[in-house]
Amino acid sequence: MLGFNLLNLAIWVPILAGAAVLATGSDRNAGAARVIALVGAVLGFAVTLPLYARFNSLAGGFQFVYIKPWIETFNVNYHLGIDGVSLLLILLNSFTTVLIVIAGWDVIRERVAQYMAAFLFLSGIMNGVFCALDALLFYVFFEATLIPMFVIIGMWGGPNRVYAAFKFFLYTLAGSLLSLVALIYLYNVSDGSFSLLDYYWLSFALVPQVLIFIAFMTSFAVKVPMWPVHTWLPDAHVEAPTGGSVVLAAIMLKLGAYGFIRLSLPITPDASHALAGFVIALSLIAVVYIGLVALVQADLKKLIAYSSISHMGFVTLGIFIFNPLGLEGAVIQMISHGFISGALFLCVGVLYDRMHSRQIADYGGVANTMPVFAALFMLFAMANSGLPGTSGFVGEFMVILGAVRTSFWYAAAAATTLVFGAAYTLWMYKRVIFGAVANRHVAGLADINGREFIVLGLLAAPVLVMGVWPNPFAEVLHASVNDLLAHVAQSKLR
Amino acid sequence: MTMMQWLYLIVPLAPLAGAVVAGLAGQAIGRRGAHGVTIAGMLVSTIAAAVVFSDVLDGNLYDGPVYTWLVSGNVRFEIGFLIDRLSATMMLVVAFVSLMVHVYTIGYMADDPGYQRFFSYISMFTFFMLMLVSSNNFLQLFFGWEGVGLMSYLLIGFWFQRPTATYAQLKAFLVNRVGDFGFLLGIALVLMYFGSLDYATVFRGAPTLGANTIEILPGTAWSLMTVICLLLFVGAMGKSAQFPLHVWLPDSMEGPTPISALIHAATMVTAGIFMVARMSPLFELSETALSVVMVIGAITALFMALVAIVQNDIKRVVAYSTLSQLGYMTVALGASAYAAGIFHLVTHAFFKALLFLAAGSVIIALHHQQDMRKMGGLKKYMPVTYWTMLIGAIASAGIPGFSGFFSKDAIIEAVHLSRTPGAGLAYFAVLVTVFVTALYTFRLVFMTFHGPERFHEHAEHGHGDKAHEDHGHAHVPHESPAVVTVPLVLLAIPSICAGWVIGPVLFGGYFGTAIVTAPAHDVLGRMGQGFHGIGAMMTHALGTAPFWLAIGGIATAAYLYLLRPDLPGLIRKKAGVLYTILERKYGFDEAYQWLFGDGAVRFGTGLWKGGDVAVIDGVFVNGSARAVGWIAMLVRTLQSGFIYHYAFAMIIGILVFVTVFIGIPLLLARLFA
Repeated sequence: MLGFNLLNLAIWVPILAGAAVLATGSDRNAGAARVIALVGAVLGFAVTLPLYARFNSLAGGFQFVYIKPWIETFNVNYHLGIDGVSLLLILLNSFTTVLIVIAGWDVIRERVAQYMAAFLFLSGIMNGVFCALDALLFYVFFEATLIPMFVIIGMWGGPNRVYAAFKFFLYTLAGSLLSLVALIYLYNVSDGSFSLLDYYWLSFALVPQVLIFIAFMTSFAVKVPMWPVHTWLPDAHVEAPTGGSVVLAAIMLKLGAYGFIRLSLPITPDASHALAGFVIALSLIAVVYIGLVALVQADLKKLIAYSSISHMGFVTLGIFIFNPLGLEGAVIQMISHGFISGALFLCVGVLYDRMHSRQIADYGGVANTMPVFAALFMLFAMANSGLPGTSGFVGEFMVILGAVRTSFWYAAAAATTLVFGAAYTLWMYKRVIFGAVANRHVAGLADINGREFIVLGLLAAPVLVMGVWPNPFAEVLHASVNDLLAHVAQSKLR
Repeated sequence: MTMMQWLYLIVPLAPLAGAVVAGLAGQAIGRRGAHGVTIAGMLVSTIAAAVVFSDVLDGNLYDGPVYTWLVSGNVRFEIGFLIDRLSATMMLVVAFVSLMVHVYTIGYMADDPGYQRFFSYISMFTFFMLMLVSSNNFLQLFFGWEGVGLMSYLLIGFWFQRPTATYAQLKAFLVNRVGDFGFLLGIALVLMYFGSLDYATVFRGAPTLGANTIEILPGTAWSLMTVICLLLFVGAMGKSAQFPLHVWLPDSMEGPTPISALIHAATMVTAGIFMVARMSPLFELSETALSVVMVIGAITALFMALVAIVQNDIKRVVAYSTLSQLGYMTVALGASAYAAGIFHLVTHAFFKALLFLAAGSVIIALHHQQDMRKMGGLKKYMPVTYWTMLIGAIASAGIPGFSGFFSKDAIIEAVHLSRTPGAGLAYFAVLVTVFVTALYTFRLVFMTFHGPERFHEHAEHGHGDKAHEDHGHAHVPHESPAVVTVPLVLLAIPSICAGWVIGPVLFGGYFGTAIVTAPAHDVLGRMGQGFHGIGAMMTHALGTAPFWLAIGGIATAAYLYLLRPDLPGLIRKKAGVLYTILERKYGFDEAYQWLFGDGAVRFGTGLWKGGDVAVIDGVFVNGSARAVGWIAMLVRTLQSGFIYHYAFAMIIGILVFVTVFIGIPLLLARLFA
């Protein structure tokens, strides 16, 4: 039996709650399903809070470590442990799950139990990814996330959901198969160990390092997603239900960046250095190219999807400039992007639930009929534009400050987001929210209800708090980031 | 914390509290509640700022942190205040003008449905502005900088139903962001080289790093200070609307008039000037940067003033006037006469806020008519507005005795003495601008208040908002209520007197250690030797070019718009192309829209359709899916079901297998044996 460990709770409370929700069966018990889902999600978040309280931010290494043999023949262990990076991502994930349940409360009317259960399963599985210190366990959790998301897009998605679901599934699966090959190689090289911590101390020549790095990268780059393997994301977002989009943007994209931090950098430091220029180039293309592409989108969800890709460019840029400001900035950016992109997709959901359109051209003058919504949407739009005082500023600011140490031009290319980010976000906002009432549908819009207000308000609070006082978020990262950077600085060449 | 430290906090936080209450509880507390709570906040803030100011005059300075925003690596980002002569002066001016604008707004926005929202916005703006000027570090400076940009954006688009307003607000934000792009990179370089964003640390380290070079382009060694200063100045060009980032300010007049006075004349647009003055320890180390600053300022001062002559919208005239005056301040900075730049900033804040608010008073009297061709003869209907606006106009034209004279004359003289490259050109520009300024300012006064009454003729609204439409047009215009005229009078007083303190401020070391000037650049010091009181300065001025140029400008305006009102039309016909160039504002708006606005959309569409859709998805993603289908089709034909096909394949397979695993090793063994 699993022993008592907070990480076990973080993983299994949502999954068990999901099973309980599923047990309510058909939509006749939808009410019960919703209540159980909410209780499960809140409980799932509650058990992660002590992680932050008890986390020793001065100590490096992994904390709350838990290890049990899993498949003894192959020396596979159920091995958990977290550092500061995982801690923040677990908190973000569990928090987001609560919002998803509330956001889907009366919007989802068909297969309610299955919908709620899928998100709870997904939440537990993703916490598993962030906790896993065993390579195979990591891989299993990492791939397992595809299943609930595939179901979510395929079942509750839009008209073109089958294409999008398959594109999503095949794209990301194809990417991650190579990383399995790399893990098996590492298993052999390490004399039969799947422990990531063992891998951190392996030495390799540059060529195998580069091959391992590329294998990992194909998997993680698809997930982030980095240019040019990003085209699954806009399609997936457009077809996914609101909740699916929120989880996809807020958490799932971070799995890729997390993979770079947990696997690529410490296992293959020399290859990371050798290929840093390449990764940085892709990141900067994401910031600039995708920023321009986002500008011309006619579909709200596509626009925000492209905006996500552009913002994730800061994450990969921050990781590969190998200094504390950049790396901590990357993690802060991941957390902040979780809040902001989640909020933006929820805002689109609010509009879609009323108008059943995602086309910017169908809107105009929404501020006249939905002033409260317009105010909250403004906050998130400004946060997406990186306004100081919101969380969106902090990560980008840190990454730019870090990048200038590596090259002035990296920083300059990244800083173009000040213009592009504001341009695509605020131009979209202008066309949707401002102006005179565009048509009778807009004229008939009702402002957000209490439930929607709670969801958006719960996101507005951290966006502002993190903008005004990011230190509590960054504090837990210092020791972990120093560990990681020390590791990356050490050559593993034999 | 001491009492004073509490006051430092209260100055920005009181407006914030007012803004939050009016913003979140606006419906609950109603209109009176909204203006009550925000004005109370502003009153507290102004009084606190005044107390802080007098404390600073007593020599009590402060530089300390409030809280730690972030620690990362070996860098500590702190939020904190630097209270010295420079910031205390700015705080008092900002708080006072903002208070006046708050009171004025009660009258100006009386019928607007967004009343509470408006008060919340302007108080919030004041909070950001006060945070900006009182900061002791670049981070908080940037926070305030972007915050005032946000409020400017929200206020320009306050009447969000109007397409012109929402266009203008987006334009303002994006043009400012172009400036901030440079500003942020400048800050990044500062952190990289100084390891801190605290002013004190940076300024202390600047002289030792002054000789450093940086390789921005491979093989070029540029002075580090020049690069940093130019990048910071790009930020100032955005915020203070300097050529060629000036395009947003005239359009910002789409916002309600109180914010044109507060944000787009008196306070926010001067943030760039303030910032450069604050950074004087850095700018003094780069002759190149100073030279660029001076030339940009001179271009802005002259060319924007010329545009003002042909504008017919009363607010746009004042807006172009603001651009031109900001150019003056920038020229002063370039001449290392920082104190003169800040001094002009302060006097300008009073007389320009006055001009805007007086223009607003006219606009409400005429039911939101802004076209001067439909005004005239208003003097007898609106005496308070007329006389106060006249004071503002005289101050603006720089007639001795009024505030604008002292600050502007100091700048002109400083440029005259400056040896920074470009000073000769700048001197010529600022001299010509004196004439132009007097011309357009008095053109405005004469067209609005003198001559025949043209306001009876028009039937349609200029920019009228719906709230005013039920007023009808039969009334004769009447003087505005006390909430409008009292702020006008209160602003008219400093518009006259604020210049009288020039002696101690410019030549008495008023700013102390807040502003640093290299001995070689110390033009104000040399001017101070020839300064013998304001009386002597005024009498001396009577024999100098600027005075006669100003008089000439007023006389020209009087001749053209009072004596021979038929002439402007004729000149306009004769001037032809020249007039069109000015009327089209040199074509910047159209060029930028085509190049950057439409250009970005064209380019983005190209990348999307060409890159994402055609190549990545078309060739690779769906291409690989098609390839799988294609290979599958080939493979399917292999599975024909005929036994001899399979047998044939088997034989081929065995052959290949044998060759690969037996033949090749044998061959290799032969070769290497």
